[in-house]
Amino acid sequence: MAAMLEVNDINVYYGAIHAIKGISLTVAEGEIVTLIGANGAGKSTTLRTISGLLTPKEGTISFLGEPIAGVPAQEIVRRGISQVPEGRRIFANMTVMENLELGAYTRTDKDGVEQDYEMVFNRFPRLLERKQQAAGTLSGGEQQMLAMGRALMSRPKLLLLDEPSMGLAPLLIREIFNIIVDINQAGTTVLLVEQNANMALSIANRAYVLETGRITLSGDAKELAASEKIRKAYLGG
Amino acid sequence: MDFGSLLVQQLINGVSLGSIYALIALGYTMVYGIIKLINFAHGDIYMVGAYVGFFAITVLGWGIFPALIVSMAVTGLLGMVVERLAYKPLRHAPRISVLITAIGVSFFLEYATMYFVTPTPRTFPDVFSSTGITVGGFVVNGQQLLIFAITLILMVILTYIVQKTKIGKAMRAVSFDTETAQLMGIDADRVISITFGIGSALAAAGGVLVGVYYNSIDPLMGIMPGLKAFVAAVLGGIGVIPGAMAGGLILGVVESLVSGFLSSTFRDAAAFAILILVLLFRPAGIFGTNTQEKV
Ligand SMILES: Nc1ncnc2c1ncn2[C@@H]1O[C@H](COP(=O)(O)OP(=O)(O)OP(=O)(O)O)[C@@H](O)[C@H]1O
Ligand SMILES: [Mg+2]
Repeated sequence: MAAMLEVNDINVYYGAIHAIKGISLTVAEGEIVTLIGANGAGKSTTLRTISGLLTPKEGTISFLGEPIAGVPAQEIVRRGISQVPEGRRIFANMTVMENLELGAYTRTDKDGVEQDYEMVFNRFPRLLERKQQAAGTLSGGEQQMLAMGRALMSRPKLLLLDEPSMGLAPLLIREIFNIIVDINQAGTTVLLVEQNANMALSIANRAYVLETGRITLSGDAKELAASEKIRKAYLGG
Repeated sequence: MDFGSLLVQQLINGVSLGSIYALIALGYTMVYGIIKLINFAHGDIYMVGAYVGFFAITVLGWGIFPALIVSMAVTGLLGMVVERLAYKPLRHAPRISVLITAIGVSFFLEYATMYFVTPTPRTFPDVFSSTGITVGGFVVNGQQLLIFAITLILMVILTYIVQKTKIGKAMRAVSFDTETAQLMGIDADRVISITFGIGSALAAAGGVLVGVYYNSIDPLMGIMPGLKAFVAAVLGGIGVIPGAMAGGLILGVVESLVSGFLSSTFRDAAAFAILILVLLFRPAGIFGTNTQEKV
């Protein structure tokens, strides 16, 4: 059976910089897969390529059996992939509600969209209280919730998350990760990029380890979490 | 006239002139807001708008309102074509290349217009009664009323589009963070094109109104108002829509006061003095924030 997402030996460049050097990975429907690695390993570049913001110079990407490398970003969302970008990138000068409306930009089913606002506000009650507030005035954690809610508004089949724990207090990180598990159990497949390997491995089914543009290890998340190599490099001992 | 009534009369004149500046400044600011381009051809778009209105009235024999609407439509389309042909291929080019291209487009529009309609100024027909109303001894003539009314209506419509409609929200999103807007499913190229269309249509309205107000149009008429509107946009805070409206009005009033109380020869100097002062003391403009956007 073909995986939902198949990334096959892609090479991605920023001008002369060879950022991704032949990465292959797969995500099957229903999974949480995590991509971990140090600063500059190429995690964000991988997600940005899947989302269509970058085009691989070589290699293929397919989603639900269709090739998507080179398809423009705005089209990728319509195919069912949505991304929570690194650093949240909320529209700070717009209200919380407007951010969610933009998340639903591709949708034409009004009733479904209304239901999904409900769903987002149920998941993130703090956003409901701050519906008309400028998004830039939210706290870091609330902004992360908004970025996630916004991404869910397109009803993605596959959700890409780029370092959702960045800059958050431990308690809040736990809350965010619980929500990721909830979202997954509600039927959304998740590809999670993290530097916080501990947390990521604890919720993922499978994991890939990225080092300077190459995948150096991959496998079952629990096994990787137990492996000596990973413990030394990413889990602080 | 005594000082007080001269002042009020100059304010009325200033607001009419300022409304025109505001209409042009909006296009500058919207385009800058979305692709960070100072579109130096914008003043010439305004000129084309005046000519389209002129021919709709003289050749087709239309009234001012249909002429205004058709001028906005045709010129809006022209703005989109210019964007598609001249600026879109340079989307990832250095900013200076785009700027130079804009200057080229400006010359092209000026001299192509001259080629087709000759450089001779045309007299804009008297399509709107100049008999105005007198309020407490002050005369607001018919053309000024027309300018206030049209400008007000267009600004209300624009504000509604930008604040409330789906395309308006997409415009704000693209201008704030193009990449993230694309991640929402927004086709940034289409939004940029529509922004050029709206900005050009507003400038066209300004062009037709100026024709009605000053009675004379020529192929180089866009140069000075283009520069002035640019000053107005910077004064209000380039990229900020209410800023362009306010900047235009302030600039118009200042110019009128200077020509009323000092001498009309200082009028243009006043506008550029404002530009220098703003750049020195408040480069972000009146409505601009100095906060750095995260890139
Ligand atoms: N816009 C860019 N232009 C040039 N090089 C870039 C650009 N963005 C990223 N890079 C380079 O590509 C490599 C991978 O960067 P990427 O952002 O994908 O890393 P990352 O794994 O997400 O790191 P982090 O954990 O810090 O977010 C780095 O060497 C980086 O310097
Ligand atoms: Mg990153």
